[in-house]
Amino acid sequence: MFEYLWQLEPLWKLIEIFLMIALLIPIAATLVWVERRLIGIWQDRLGPNRVGPFGALQPLADLLKVLGKEDWVPPFSDKLVFVLAPLIGAVCVLMSFAVVPFSPSIGVSNLNIGLLFFLAMASLAVYSVVLAGWASNSKYAMLGGMRAAAQTVSYEVFMGLSVMGVVLLTGTFNLREIVLAQTDGWLIKTQFIGFFVFLIAGIAESHRLPFDLPEAETELTAGFHTEYSGLKFALFFLSEYLGVTLISAMSVVLFFGGWLMPAPLDTWLPPLVWFIFKITFFVGFFILLRTSLPRPRFDQLLIFGWLVMLPLALVNLVVTALLRLGGLI
Amino acid sequence: MLRKLMFSQVRTMWLVLKHTFTKADTVQYPEQKPYLAPRYRGRIVLTRDPDGQERCVACNLCAVACPVDCIALQQVIDDDGRKRADFFRINFSRCILCGFCEEACPTFAIQLTPDIELAEYDRQNLVYEKEHLLINGPGKYPDYNFYHQSGIAVGEKGKGQGEQEKPPIDIKGLMP
Repeated sequence: MFEYLWQLEPLWKLIEIFLMIALLIPIAATLVWVERRLIGIWQDRLGPNRVGPFGALQPLADLLKVLGKEDWVPPFSDKLVFVLAPLIGAVCVLMSFAVVPFSPSIGVSNLNIGLLFFLAMASLAVYSVVLAGWASNSKYAMLGGMRAAAQTVSYEVFMGLSVMGVVLLTGTFNLREIVLAQTDGWLIKTQFIGFFVFLIAGIAESHRLPFDLPEAETELTAGFHTEYSGLKFALFFLSEYLGVTLISAMSVVLFFGGWLMPAPLDTWLPPLVWFIFKITFFVGFFILLRTSLPRPRFDQLLIFGWLVMLPLALVNLVVTALLRLGGLI
Repeated sequence: MLRKLMFSQVRTMWLVLKHTFTKADTVQYPEQKPYLAPRYRGRIVLTRDPDGQERCVACNLCAVACPVDCIALQQVIDDDGRKRADFFRINFSRCILCGFCEEACPTFAIQLTPDIELAEYDRQNLVYEKEHLLINGPGKYPDYNFYHQSGIAVGEKGKGQGEQEKPPIDIKGLMP
């Protein structure tokens, strides 16, 4: 009696979308716990280990705590924008996941300009931070928002440029086709400079340490989300950790062959597991970066961006193009 | 310069990564108690001398030394000339466990112990009276008895008959 359901393809798509959102949000919450545990281990501590086995239910406890907080909108703020800002961030990051090809069969959209869509959503996510800083109407938040604007706009340039090498080599903006084009070998082999620039730009985009200048607890209390509390604060956290997952996923898709693995390994585990495995590696790397590196000064950050990253990305692009023309890669 | 800069970052990350395999320094507190040294500054007690008498002579030096004024006491003198505290009260909700009272005490009566579990649900329970503070032992100085060396006559000995004491000098026999 339910045979006709198989013909309702849009319905299956909808279920896939809901499943993805329902999985991504708990994953982002779990990442908070994973990060705290890992940082604990690396600082010779234990980290949260009380709630549930190994403290694995800590995200749940955090969620309950956040739900119990007073959801305060400061009377001096621009109220509508103040409420909208965290939503924009979370929605933009979640939207980006629509184009990520998780495995040969999983992936919400097979958009032919998927890479551009990802870059566009990364740019839109800046609004979340800038508007939050502006709407809070306080000095710390304002400074944080300003920094976020300058930092993100600068690093977006190199992020776009760094992936152009990939586009040049694969000849497509479709992320699924980019992965399939790496069947013979991952793009990291020729695009390691592009990967380096992309990774650093990605850290700056998701304003994670060491590039967390918009937040910068030691200077700006909490930067752009100083005035936020309760669920709205949690939304900022959600978009930050989803951002980490997204940048890791994109690094894997663009440079490390997505779900593909070299010949003997690929039959051992299903493609999705390999993909998640690679993402986990990068997430761990992000957390390691956070534990070990100090935060640069803001002018150092921008100088590093414009005087090191931009030339590197440009050289990478030009050299890739020349080698391509010469038929060497 | 850039190469040096990048190398330092990578080295930092490597050194941090190596800590994956070092043991955590954390003590899992309620289940696992940390070792506290004998001279750790925790809960304050009033000790007794080896004969089981109270050491405190209620001289008020501890109350004077206390930077947060959490010690209150009153002196009485017994019929045999022995001084003791009529009441002795420490408000542990104020006490900062600095140990100045212990340093000021001339009779080693007031001492800090390595007990740090002072939490109470009711603030009033943190006010300790003399009967809560007094313990049945000499604390860190097992052999010390103030009245045996003080040079004054209390019930158990006469003036100048204690250890390290000289008999009183007859000032009229000191003529040149």
